[in-house]
Amino acid sequence: MSKDFSIHVEHVTRVEGHGNIEVDVKDGKINKLQWQVVEAPRFFEAMLRGQNYNELRPITSRICGICSIGHSLASLKATEDALGVKISEQTALLRRLAIHGENLQSHILQIGNLVAPELLGVGSVFPLIGSKHTESVLKIVKLHRLANEMSDLICGRTIHPIRLIVGGFSAIPTEKQLLALRTRLKESRGLTNEVAAVIHSVADKIPNFTRETEYIALSTDDEYALYDGVLNSTDTGKHLEYRNYQEITNEYLVPHSTAKYAKHARKSYMVGALARFNLNGSQLHPAAKEVSSMFGLKPISYNPFMNTIAQLVEFVHSVEDSIELIDTLLEQGLREEKPAKVKVQAGRGVGLIEVPRGLLIHDYTLNSKGYCTKANCIIPTNQNHANIQHDMEKLVPEIIDRPPKEIELTLEMLVRAYDPCISCSTHYLDVSFVNG
Amino acid sequence: MKTKPRVAVFDFADCEGCELEIADLEEEILELIDIVDIVSFREVMKEHSDTYDIAIVEGSIMRPMDEARLRNIRSKAKILVAMGACATMGGINKIRNQWMPDDVMTAVYGDADLEGNPLFDVFKTKAINEVVPVNYYIHGCPIDRDEFKHVITSIALGKKPEIPRYPVCVECKKNENICQFELGAFCLGPITRAGCKAICPTHNSVCEGCRGLIKKAETDCVKDLLERYKLSYEDIRRRCTMYNFGREECGVDE
Repeated sequence: MSKDFSIHVEHVTRVEGHGNIEVDVKDGKINKLQWQVVEAPRFFEAMLRGQNYNELRPITSRICGICSIGHSLASLKATEDALGVKISEQTALLRRLAIHGENLQSHILQIGNLVAPELLGVGSVFPLIGSKHTESVLKIVKLHRLANEMSDLICGRTIHPIRLIVGGFSAIPTEKQLLALRTRLKESRGLTNEVAAVIHSVADKIPNFTRETEYIALSTDDEYALYDGVLNSTDTGKHLEYRNYQEITNEYLVPHSTAKYAKHARKSYMVGALARFNLNGSQLHPAAKEVSSMFGLKPISYNPFMNTIAQLVEFVHSVEDSIELIDTLLEQGLREEKPAKVKVQAGRGVGLIEVPRGLLIHDYTLNSKGYCTKANCIIPTNQNHANIQHDMEKLVPEIIDRPPKEIELTLEMLVRAYDPCISCSTHYLDVSFVNG
Repeated sequence: MKTKPRVAVFDFADCEGCELEIADLEEEILELIDIVDIVSFREVMKEHSDTYDIAIVEGSIMRPMDEARLRNIRSKAKILVAMGACATMGGINKIRNQWMPDDVMTAVYGDADLEGNPLFDVFKTKAINEVVPVNYYIHGCPIDRDEFKHVITSIALGKKPEIPRYPVCVECKKNENICQFELGAFCLGPITRAGCKAICPTHNSVCEGCRGLIKKAETDCVKDLLERYKLSYEDIRRRCTMYNFGREECGVDE
């Protein structure tokens, strides 16, 4: 077969941050196939040096607008670990609500505004307004608003939260506000089902592609792990030493490239909703399991495109679990609590958390005055870059006979399925290979 | 009917949170697209046009390749709006200007040989107006959605947007908050431009100065504060590094 074409997608759209796709095929042979991350580096780890322990949270929140609550919580967990701070049960419950709020917000944005237009055959959500899909758009908008208002209520603000501080909360919602939120979450069930039905009606557009890989996420016996848990892998099982996370993440530089890759048992691994589903799916709320059955999604799914469906499944879980968390908080009765006492001391702390795009780790070393001397942040999207590349390397040969435009669209869909958050990941990936 | 102004949104080094604030307008976006045409907005749409009247630019400028892209955007736009602290004054991204670019490169990327790689050809962080002229500013980290609507609507109607020139304290008092200084905290509200509805003190947190400093901060008032709460100018300087490091270079103070 003889076929020549090249694909150059500069700045993939409807993803967070700047990434390019480059493909060059000559005589049916792939000469070049690259997923490139061209985002300007921002040097957060350098900027944290010399900052007081109280400032680490507000600064690292600015790593990412979409997952600022997740970064805030990872930051607080690392800081509190370094300082030996124990948070109250109420704080732990409210923080779980905060992470659900972000998951809801991020997942519905991704499903509704970033992926759905593709499945419906348009370039963005705007052309859908005024079309037969107007109602669906408005339903998604309503769910997105609910998620944001939930985050506003718990965190003071959705993007760059305010109330999340070392040792607890600077302010908390009232019981009346939580009750109102509970009502709205219950009322949202119908809308969610309708959105799931719309996605289901176009689910045949989701490419049927699989590649075996390793999945990594936090796990715990108590719940579907988001806020707390131990490192877990589909290949090697649980790793209890959370401070030795580097044994799992193994960030490394590729020859002739500046990218920090991550790999563990294989040449790459995946984190995110699909990884969590694959590892912890049995702990999902029954309502969420219904949605996964509806789409035929079962652990272990090796189709990265199904990450979007796993996000939809998690959306339902987060709604149900939030309702239960609010019930627990109300049963216990809300108390005005001062943040847990901090005794400033030197030490190292590590915070692990599951954010919408996967495992996030902050690692700080503080000096005896509470100033940061060293910081390391392991970002979900960085852990996925190598997996995206390897998926592309398997995918392109499988679809090489299709028109280049279709190949390009499928590759863009693949990147979008990972829901990458490129502003978080400031590294450059430069792998080329010749498929002879 | 007059044609609607064409609006394009661009981002440089930042968290894209301000763009997300636009998406978070939810149903109100529909009102906005009644008065403007959004022709490019990479974060949420695939469609793109190089013909636009108003460019809304988010993020800081870190590299020659970013400068070139920004100049190209400026040459096409009649009006350029800098959106968010990274764009208006460098914001968080200027924390690293305390050190030389080589030093921060080593801190994050170690000994990797990045010589000649344009993606890593990094200079000290610049705000947008250190590279090209800016017509209007939407301050904050993140921006306030109401202020965004006000600025864009004003520009579309050919009016000058009203941006507060008084300190955050004015809005904070309106909200009947207890002063953060009275609670033992160190707040930048007295010297920071209002317009955020004093959102941070209202959630019992300090102002970090993300909207920039007001030019004529009541110096006597600040002196008085320092005396009353036993603080030094060095304390103020340190507190300002989070958003206002090197803000003199972009001179957006009013």
